[in-house]
Amino acid sequence: MSAPRPYANSHDRGQGHGPGHGPRDADGHRDAPPPDGGHGHGSRRGYVIGFLLSAVLTAIPFWLVMTGAIASVQTTAIIVVALAFVQIIVHTFFFLHLNPRAEGGWTLLAFIFTVIIIAIVIAGSLWIMFHLNSNMMPMDGMGM
Amino acid sequence: MTSHSPTVEEANGTAGADAAPPLFYQTEADHHDHSSGGTMLGFWIYLMSDALIFATLFATYGVLSTSYAGGPAPSQIFDLSLVALNTAMLLISSITCGMAMIAMEQGNVRGTQLWLAITGLFGAAFIGIELYEFAELIHEGATPMRSAFLSGFFTLVGTHGLHVFSGLIWIVVMVIQLGQRGLIIENRRRLMCLSMFWHLLDVVWIGVFTFVYLLGVLR
Amino acid sequence: MFNETVLKTIFGRLSFESFPIHEPILIATFLGVVVIGLGIVGAITKYKLWGYLWTEWFTSVDHKKIGIMYIILGIIMLLRGFADAIMMRAQQAVSFGANEGYLNAHHYDQIFTAHGTIMIFFVAIPLVVGIINYVMPLQIGARDVAFPFLNNFSFWLTVAGAGLVMVSLFVGEFSRGGWLNYVPVANLQNSPDTGPDYYLWALQIAGIGTTLSGINMVVTIIKMRAPGMTMMKLPVFCWTALCSNVLVIAIFPVLTAAFAMLMLDRYVGTNFFTNDLGGNPMMYWNLVWIWGHPEVYVLILPIFGIYSEVTSTFTGKRLFGYSSMVYATVVITILSYLVWLHHFFTMGSGASVNSFFGIATMVISIPTGAKIFNWLFTMYRGQIRFELPMQWVVAFMLTFVVGGMTGVMLAIPPADFVLHNSLFLVAHFHNVIIGGVVFGLFAGIDYWFPKAFGFKLDPFWGRIHFWGWVIGYWVAWTPMYVAGLMGVTRRLRHLDDATLQPLFIIAAIGVAIIAIGIAAFVIQIVVSIINRDKLRVGDDPWNGRTLEWATSSPPPAYNFAFTPVVHDLDAWHDMKERGHQRPTGGYMPIHMPRNTGAGVILSGLAAVLGFAMVWYIWWLAAVSFVAMIGYGIAHTFNYNRDYHISAEEVAETERKNALAGA
Repeated sequence: MSAPRPYANSHDRGQGHGPGHGPRDADGHRDAPPPDGGHGHGSRRGYVIGFLLSAVLTAIPFWLVMTGAIASVQTTAIIVVALAFVQIIVHTFFFLHLNPRAEGGWTLLAFIFTVIIIAIVIAGSLWIMFHLNSNMMPMDGMGM
Repeated sequence: MTSHSPTVEEANGTAGADAAPPLFYQTEADHHDHSSGGTMLGFWIYLMSDALIFATLFATYGVLSTSYAGGPAPSQIFDLSLVALNTAMLLISSITCGMAMIAMEQGNVRGTQLWLAITGLFGAAFIGIELYEFAELIHEGATPMRSAFLSGFFTLVGTHGLHVFSGLIWIVVMVIQLGQRGLIIENRRRLMCLSMFWHLLDVVWIGVFTFVYLLGVLR
Repeated sequence: MFNETVLKTIFGRLSFESFPIHEPILIATFLGVVVIGLGIVGAITKYKLWGYLWTEWFTSVDHKKIGIMYIILGIIMLLRGFADAIMMRAQQAVSFGANEGYLNAHHYDQIFTAHGTIMIFFVAIPLVVGIINYVMPLQIGARDVAFPFLNNFSFWLTVAGAGLVMVSLFVGEFSRGGWLNYVPVANLQNSPDTGPDYYLWALQIAGIGTTLSGINMVVTIIKMRAPGMTMMKLPVFCWTALCSNVLVIAIFPVLTAAFAMLMLDRYVGTNFFTNDLGGNPMMYWNLVWIWGHPEVYVLILPIFGIYSEVTSTFTGKRLFGYSSMVYATVVITILSYLVWLHHFFTMGSGASVNSFFGIATMVISIPTGAKIFNWLFTMYRGQIRFELPMQWVVAFMLTFVVGGMTGVMLAIPPADFVLHNSLFLVAHFHNVIIGGVVFGLFAGIDYWFPKAFGFKLDPFWGRIHFWGWVIGYWVAWTPMYVAGLMGVTRRLRHLDDATLQPLFIIAAIGVAIIAIGIAAFVIQIVVSIINRDKLRVGDDPWNGRTLEWATSSPPPAYNFAFTPVVHDLDAWHDMKERGHQRPTGGYMPIHMPRNTGAGVILSGLAAVLGFAMVWYIWWLAAVSFVAMIGYGIAHTFNYNRDYHISAEEVAETERKNALAGA
């Protein structure tokens, strides 16, 4: 078959490929490399570790809130939120297999960018909306 | 070939023996056709945009989360044991989804289908429990129309549920397509997208149970 | 009684009263549209073009054809949006004192809403997306975009949205809530009519198309660049297209969610943005402006790219400060996400919030100013050829700087308390959008037209087009700055103070001059098509510098017979300098995506869904929704999506193009 292979393994064309040098994919790679340009899939071990960590990180906050183990509401809230962030990182790492090598780092870059944008949207909205009545005449029973 | 019309080798200067001018054209068959290489990155970026939809819903919920309008407050209506059970369903479904991916890596069509089906069952259980919870709330009069807080709650949690439901449909379609064509490269690519989609819903759920349910009850 | 129930079930709230037969202006417009529409349909049928249009254009996944279709859509909608502008200017010019003008308030409010909505969503976005679609893959040496089918689908979703807006003209009515459909006006209790629903469904459908297109373009630029084209050898236009589409992906989800919540308010009765039960209308403003401010950068960034390409080509020099241009673009991309509150300083936030967003806004002028200096230094000591595209660049620089400076004035919170919602603000954003985006779009169309069709646009009518817009802009909007400073607020149908009337009469004259420009644009295209043999040019008519000029004009379906290898920023200039010759042998088969009608069908179903939801025709909505999902799933069972163009066919096409281009 002389025709080029459909869905051949692709790589980032611009980066690191000078003309005529640099390692090119040899032919005959039809099935071996996954078509994702380097997304990991994780091993069974990775999934199990991720799952166990995740289970623990879920159980602790539920336990804290349901039993009221810590008297201070504020401390509980801080711990719960902190654990949530840790768990999000665990999931991104063990289940979504985010790593700096996948897709030449573009997935990681997209992720970081999105995290920043999400932070701006949420924090910005809360900040702005809690300022809603700053310059209004004080009334009784403000804050709906 | 006449001497006046350069072939691609001549245009690149590789036909002559002396000093090699730079290559201007790629001479081998093009490996970079459309649509194959970009799918995973494209789907990832789609997921990022989906995450932003959730971010917007979270922001709105955050702003409206104390606007009870005389209606019920979170601690009066949330049943944490139910939420814990639901969280467990989703969490288990994410490891079974991982098992499906490992079966795919091993080229095991039956295994992939089986693990996908199990994932779907846990997903369906999640949806069932969520619908039960919603029905209870509505029965108690805590409807989405009752207050801005409840509007935000139902919309945020419901949008997540809708995503899980779409995931269920996708799983069914995927199982059929695997049965028809096996683990061909297109199906492997789709499976990887499905797995990323499913795991992203976990991540969103972490935000939901933390910020909506746990912090809601604490308040 | 029974009859009424049946009718309600079948037609929802659609009835004979939904058709505005009592509005003479609309009746006349409708008749005009029917006559023209029948004429076009008749002509297509007579010359048996339906099959050609369907197979070669509507179902095409070729980025070049999709780009051209986007641009045609944008130009058609420009005529509609501009008709609205003329009506507003005419109304404001006469409606003083006892004279109530010729438009009632109900109609006038729909017109200013439709004008803004159409101009941003269905003129500016399609034109910008169209030019990116056409040019960007050629500039990076690719054969198509990353997801060719998705590209077709995105286009038809945009058409579906535009179609819904057009339908609202004759069936029911459009929103009266301003171009962002503001609550509380757009809440159910204040607008129980179909207006806001048309708005929401049209924009929701089109917005999804734009988001998908954004993902497509970003992946294309990241993954499909020619070998050797590192990010710092990426043409500036592609850089700006990348940043613009990154912003699209970052902002459209916010708009989609905000609109979805307003839909829930209107259809389900939730209380997100209502005035009671805890709802908060300002949250809607907050969300739409998180989208809204970056949106102007979505539009202007690729336009900055066009100006850069044009300036560099027509001065015969490499762009001055390429890397500073890239960094400025990236900085603007990020900063644009930190300024949205400046659209509602007057909401009454505390000093900390207002000063943060005021300062962030002013900071944006720094990278933008850097760009202006880069263009000036590119021109400095260059051999400038004042062809049409270059004329637009100069007009842009002179006009846009004024708009930028009035923008910085508006960014000062205390000043904004005076200027908010005044005609000064309206003049400011028309200054930057006309003087920036519109001029740049015309520069791009004049510049790349010979690329797409092989002949230049007629320069005589081009100059009338140019002067009509430039003079018309200044005549129309300078008096609006003045009126705004004197305190006239926006969206007024009637003014009592007759001493202001001269300003509005001058503005009406200005819009008439712009109308001459627009007419000249249409004539220019028609005349150029008629005289195409006289205007025919080679493959590289402007002595271009980037890769799109390295292939024939118009390019073959596969763009490049051999993928170019890049060594320098101005890759094509570099190839010409080093005496490259285009190869004429050794062709290989080329792998191409197959055309598909799925995009048209899915978008058609989406339009039906939108229409059914607007009119509460629940059965039709359910049917079209299920059909859409079902068809979408069925489409995934089609694995046969590509084919190969044989080497012989490539050789034949290349031989023909070489003859034509010579």
